[in-house]
Amino acid sequence: MKSYGYYPGCSQLSSAEEYGVSAQEVAQALGFSLDTLEDWNCCGASSAHMTNHLLAVSLPGRDLAKAKEKGDDLVVVCAACYHNLKKAQMEILEDAKLAARVEAIVGSDPRFAGRIVHLLDVIAEEVGLEDLKDKILRPLEGLKPVSYYGCLMVRPRGMITGDDPDNPRLMDDLLTALGAEVKNWSYKTDCCGGSLSLTRTDIVVTLVNRIFEAAEEADANCIVVACPMCLANLEMRQKEGKITFGLEHDLPVFFFTELLGLALDIPGAEEWFARHLIDPRPLLYAAGLA
Amino acid sequence: MINAFSPALEGEVEERSGEKPRLCYQCGKCSTGCLFNFAMDILPHQMMKLVHYGQKKRLLGSHTIWICAACETCTARCPNDIDVAGVIDTLRAMALEEGVKPAERNIPLFHACFLGNIQATGRISEPILMGSYKTFSGDLVSDIGLAVEMLKKGKIKLIPSVVKDRRKVRRIFKETKR
Repeated sequence: MKSYGYYPGCSQLSSAEEYGVSAQEVAQALGFSLDTLEDWNCCGASSAHMTNHLLAVSLPGRDLAKAKEKGDDLVVVCAACYHNLKKAQMEILEDAKLAARVEAIVGSDPRFAGRIVHLLDVIAEEVGLEDLKDKILRPLEGLKPVSYYGCLMVRPRGMITGDDPDNPRLMDDLLTALGAEVKNWSYKTDCCGGSLSLTRTDIVVTLVNRIFEAAEEADANCIVVACPMCLANLEMRQKEGKITFGLEHDLPVFFFTELLGLALDIPGAEEWFARHLIDPRPLLYAAGLA
Repeated sequence: MINAFSPALEGEVEERSGEKPRLCYQCGKCSTGCLFNFAMDILPHQMMKLVHYGQKKRLLGSHTIWICAACETCTARCPNDIDVAGVIDTLRAMALEEGVKPAERNIPLFHACFLGNIQATGRISEPILMGSYKTFSGDLVSDIGLAVEMLKKGKIKLIPSVVKDRRKVRRIFKETKR
């Protein structure tokens, strides 16, 4: 069994626990393991890089030093953590002076040269979408999702992997392989405004509402994400959109790992769905998937 | 509209961000694609020009530096390969360092609470973050219903997950303080 280093990210231990748990379970079911970095710390998210560049490299720098010690490629599930870790890695490897400074600050060598990958990429690479089809026990018929990648997963400049930064396909292809009827739309990478959710809720409600409107227009019955900030923000601010704009949204939002778990028939998936602010179970019952 | 010229601004921004805003030829692609343009007082392409024009006071006092959510759509699409979001990051940090009164009161306050949480425990914990932000902003009531619902769904953990070596985390904050 191939093993990867794993950086969980803060949300996966609290608001998005179902994402962390389903990620681990799915990896296990697909034949690779995610070994959590010992005593990892928060990457600093938006607040660090928006206010203090050196802090924004040093916080992930401590995690990169731990990844270097471990030696394996590093898997991340949160788009914001992924973005910050990759950006810090790129800067540390390109700028010897900065690397030395970060090394002095964190007290260990942050020059991790292994790959930092999002779990979505690992699944496509490790298993392959064709082979994945053979493992499906419960095809996701009746689900009509739109894939919502959010902004940060596809936007680290100079670090974009195979996928198109304006029209990524990876999650669409994965969900299609799982038997879902994926809908096309042009809001895949539009930012939901997560970092302003508490401070300028008015702006965020406008953005979130636009995303739900577009999903409905695309004739989708759910939205699938690969980022805990996107999910929290979409779920939290959906109701305000309904009140402010008088629209009838009740679109469930899933983590892609939850749907993968459902298709692979991993026990315990029910518990993940029970944790959502917008209950997805009525949709799953209606589709005969739960 | 042009106010006092700060000759050192452009050089400082270039030095700190590693970007050259003067390469901007004002095509406006960043501003039309910006999801937050409707809430900004100065649009991203105008920000680039104002750096070139040394308009420090206007830039550091703008709403835009706080409204920008750093989604990097502008950066990804710039035909001149300017990291527009990176330049705005630099302006934001400069505004904080120089003690400029922020046009958006609550956004920098949120960042301070967020970083304060990391400094204290090494990881973000919703009760600490939301509690400190709500207390300091005085905006106590707006999300109470949401917090109750999140608690019921187990989305808020009352016992936070913390880093064991918190001394190391505190050291990072101390050594990077500007």
